[in-house]
Amino acid sequence: MMLSTAVNTSSVHFSMNANSYAASAEQMAPEVRISVTDLNFYYGDFHSLKNVSIDFHDRQVTALIGPSGCGKSTLLRTFNRIYSLYPEQRAEGLIMMDGQNILDRSVDVNELRSRIGMVFQKPTPFPMSIYDNIAFGIRLTEKPPRSELDGRVEEALKKAALWNEVKDKLKQSGTSLSGGQQQRLCIARTIAQRPDVILLDEPTSALDPISTGRIEELIDQLRADFTIVIVTHNMQQAARISQYTAFMYLGELVEFNPTDKIFMNPAKKQTQDYITGRFG
Amino acid sequence: MAEHIVSSYDIELQNLRKSISEMGGKAEQMLDFATLALINADTILANKVIAMDKQLDLLQKDIDEQAIVMIARRQPIAVDLRTAISAIRISNDIERIGDLAKNIAKRSIVIAGQFEEKTIVSGIEHMSNLAQHQLKTVLDAYGQLDARAASEVWLKDDEVDALHNSIFRELLTYMMEDPRNISFCAHLLFCAKNIERIGDHCTNIAETIYYLVTSETMPTERPKSETVNL
Repeated sequence: MMLSTAVNTSSVHFSMNANSYAASAEQMAPEVRISVTDLNFYYGDFHSLKNVSIDFHDRQVTALIGPSGCGKSTLLRTFNRIYSLYPEQRAEGLIMMDGQNILDRSVDVNELRSRIGMVFQKPTPFPMSIYDNIAFGIRLTEKPPRSELDGRVEEALKKAALWNEVKDKLKQSGTSLSGGQQQRLCIARTIAQRPDVILLDEPTSALDPISTGRIEELIDQLRADFTIVIVTHNMQQAARISQYTAFMYLGELVEFNPTDKIFMNPAKKQTQDYITGRFG
Repeated sequence: MAEHIVSSYDIELQNLRKSISEMGGKAEQMLDFATLALINADTILANKVIAMDKQLDLLQKDIDEQAIVMIARRQPIAVDLRTAISAIRISNDIERIGDLAKNIAKRSIVIAGQFEEKTIVSGIEHMSNLAQHQLKTVLDAYGQLDARAASEVWLKDDEVDALHNSIFRELLTYMMEDPRNISFCAHLLFCAKNIERIGDHCTNIAETIYYLVTSETMPTERPKSETVNL
């Protein structure tokens, strides 16, 4: 009728540090698209990036977070060597993509920038028609016939989820669009060049919540075709749209982990303090 | 832990934790009073427990609201999110503990004066003391954010279960001795079962604390004594 079994409690072990996230991330990690090793960056005498090593995974969104001046935009700017416009700025280290060190002088910058596109915080439409805004980028590196060019422009605008809004006014100036539309136009211009990687530097910080939502939806769709690196100050945005998150502070990479891990149980106290708003 | 840049956020988190402590303290008292009411056939004390349950329900509603408003207003993440979610879960467990204590109080009124010998309820008194200790320890573990203390409570629940089994057997013999004992013994069986359930809620709270502190769920199955086979 009744049973009472003695239980040996000492046989039950707790693992206080079981790290299930890391294990699952290792099994599932997609291939690496850009591999950064010991990257150092200098603005003249100022040492802005300190021995940063990080891998960006193919067709994943990686978010770079950290307080202002931590080096996240600088890191983004090294990938397409935008810094080389300024003679006092220099980068040292390895940024490997397709077996090539991007920082190598032999790498053609124009060719590099067609493979690694960039979208900035403020929309930067060229003062020309919507059509030409897109076609301009394509014409930089290719000379496709008109019919193909039309197709490429349409394809890019569709991918950027802007086609339906602008298809009847392609000849209007790009600057006549709303802020959110302008930003999607810039993304379309980037996509039209068929890059491998898209860099986004706070792409929604100047936009209203609806436009922000559209861009976030778009980023999620673009992930099917592109490797995406996004700098954002909006913690919830990083949590929503990225698969990996890197937290940087004072030019160093503090923590790089799957986004779920970073936002639920960060490994470093510094990361936790920053994302929960405790930074002193 | 370092303070938030926004100090009102810290105040909200502190208030949430304070409310949980207050609720826990009230539930401890309810179980203590309900057990005393049962042992001493004290119907006045029993009615007091019944009245206290209403306050406990109000406290739970307040905690739920605090946590939900915090989620809406602050979008907490990491440990802050776990604090908000844990508050909702723990207040729910404490509210159930209050219900169970109230039920013991109600039954004590029904059977008041039906038995003379206090040894009949000494097993239940012992079991209740153990459950009260579990409850106190787990609430302290919450206050201290002590995952290890929480795991100990979680492991110790089998002692409450074992006592429940022996009380069941004991009451069964009383009922077999004399059918006139059946009525109050049946009530006492439910009282014992209620305390056993209170023990289970303490382990739930322990699991929540473990999650709150480590962000992991407890990794192993809890050792369980065989339950009463009916």
